[in-house]
Amino acid sequence: MFKIIERKQLSENVVKNVIHAPDIAVRRKAGQFVILMINEKGERIPLTIVDTDSKAGTLTIIYQVVGKTTTALADLKEGDYILNVLGPLGHATEISNFGTAVCVGGGVGVGVIYPIAKALREAGCNVVSIIGARTKALLILEEETRRVSHKLTVCTDDGTYGFHGFVSAVLQQMIDAGEKIDRVYAIGPVPMMRVLANLTRPHKIKTIVSLNPIMVDGTGMCGACRVSVAGKTRFTCVDGPEFDGHEVDFGLLMTRLQMYTEQEKQALEKCRGERNG
Amino acid sequence: MDKEEKKEKKEKIPRQKMPEQVAKVRVRNFDEVPQGYSAETAMLEAKRCIMCKKPGCVAGCPVDIDIPAFVKLIAEGDFMGAARQLKQTNSLPAVCGRVCPQEDQCEKVCILGKKGDPVAIGRLERFAADFERQSGHISIPDKAPSTGKRIAVVGAGPAGLTIAGDLVKMGHAVTIFEALHKSGGVLIYGIPEFRLPKAIVDAEVNFLEKLGVKIVTNFPVGRLKTVDDLFADGFRAVFLGVGAGAPVFMNIPGENFSGIYSANEYLTRSNLMKAYAFPEYDTPIALGKNVCVIGGGNVAMDSVRTALRLGAENAYIVYRRTEKAASRWNSGSPMSPAEEGLFP
Repeated sequence: MFKIIERKQLSENVVKNVIHAPDIAVRRKAGQFVILMINEKGERIPLTIVDTDSKAGTLTIIYQVVGKTTTALADLKEGDYILNVLGPLGHATEISNFGTAVCVGGGVGVGVIYPIAKALREAGCNVVSIIGARTKALLILEEETRRVSHKLTVCTDDGTYGFHGFVSAVLQQMIDAGEKIDRVYAIGPVPMMRVLANLTRPHKIKTIVSLNPIMVDGTGMCGACRVSVAGKTRFTCVDGPEFDGHEVDFGLLMTRLQMYTEQEKQALEKCRGERNG
Repeated sequence: MDKEEKKEKKEKIPRQKMPEQVAKVRVRNFDEVPQGYSAETAMLEAKRCIMCKKPGCVAGCPVDIDIPAFVKLIAEGDFMGAARQLKQTNSLPAVCGRVCPQEDQCEKVCILGKKGDPVAIGRLERFAADFERQSGHISIPDKAPSTGKRIAVVGAGPAGLTIAGDLVKMGHAVTIFEALHKSGGVLIYGIPEFRLPKAIVDAEVNFLEKLGVKIVTNFPVGRLKTVDDLFADGFRAVFLGVGAGAPVFMNIPGENFSGIYSANEYLTRSNLMKAYAFPEYDTPIALGKNVCVIGGGNVAMDSVRTALRLGAENAYIVYRRTEKAASRWNSGSPMSPAEEGLFP
């Protein structure tokens, strides 16, 4: 049992939880994730560890409320327990002084890009961050990301805050201006990652993406999270979650993510029905 | 009565059948197929054993169970005694009685099998273990005095559970580290409910805990602690029972499309996560009208039978060898998928 120490609503549909998990907190490195299962009848879902506090023995997760499990998770209060938390899983992000690293985060992906930006900054990189959301009210971790970045650009799709447009447009401007970019980290919705990877490919700028496929065990046993990278089948849980964005088959990833759309709807409706009594 | 006569008489009792759910019904539910012997049937079957002086069955058993001894106790009606006898050398008799390949081990070398049918050792093992469990009076075998030594076992699957049971009886302090949220390994995620009810695995795991084995779940060794860390923590030995590893895909075009599963994923969703009870349980599983399983082994049979129970109208086995090569599962055993329409 893993206790929820803190719960914070970051935006209309994004929630942050700080969870007591001392063993994981001590071991975790940036880029790794946990698999959690709320209760006996729950499913196992992967969530990136956004931050850890090894002294307090806690880890932080940030998630968007989209389906049954995230709805039920968001309903849990401080002091409630999560039945199972497994981690830290996946490879840690390769962190080194790469020169200029552009960290691009979209939507809830900002929660994943933030710890990477932080680690890159600590390693001596020149960190340029671009974060975005559909609208101002959905933007998360702006201040945190600003603190660990040398430069931050905030975008909203609808222009309610910061740059009016997609994060990709800001990166395009940087490339067009001939700015030196040594590496790009792109984390967010699959279409966003695909656009960014296509943008950097002709310029041969190494682009790392963090993938979020459906998982079950998370230890390499089942293959639910398999993706195609450079034409080879790889398991996101043990080979990833980060891959070279220029080699990922994003189309396949999107199809696999939609595999249970019908059942997900059904589960969510049932969950809402139960909540409303 | 001389020896020959005695043997003849024994052989006249036919191998006793175990009642089972009829194929038409069972193929649409996840309940266990065979339902176990009654006390009378078990005693009758046990009496078939001729108590060989040099029993081949014991040599055929990987854990050297004193088979004639427990069979004799059943024949005498001392079912609790039979269970105690079994548990001296095997901590998981209710599991082994169900899923051990007895036809390739103890029963294969039973002397009665030379002319007729071997003693149904597996069914008797299952009977004794079930009888004790259902009685509610679970015996705890004697343990050697504490050695003061700690041993770490990585993985709570059949290998880890077995060695943990043996080591704890030898007086060692045993801790099992399991990555999943439940103990049992392939017994819990792989083998379906209709072949091995999960309540039985839970009961055998509880028994090990009563013996003194400590089990830590959600603990991925290698991630939370390395083997070196375990030694540094004071464990004197580490046993790695980490399973068969990652599924191997066939490298054929389209194998990553939606609706294509490794058996591990398909069975894990259905068994460990109980996707067959969706939406009561949250984990979904793809329901195919026409399901094709590639392979002809036990895992393929588990998968195809799961597909039928999930409502497939047609389920196919595609196997690179002949039907005959897959036929050990077609041999009229209660586990046989043949009766479920798989070998038309």
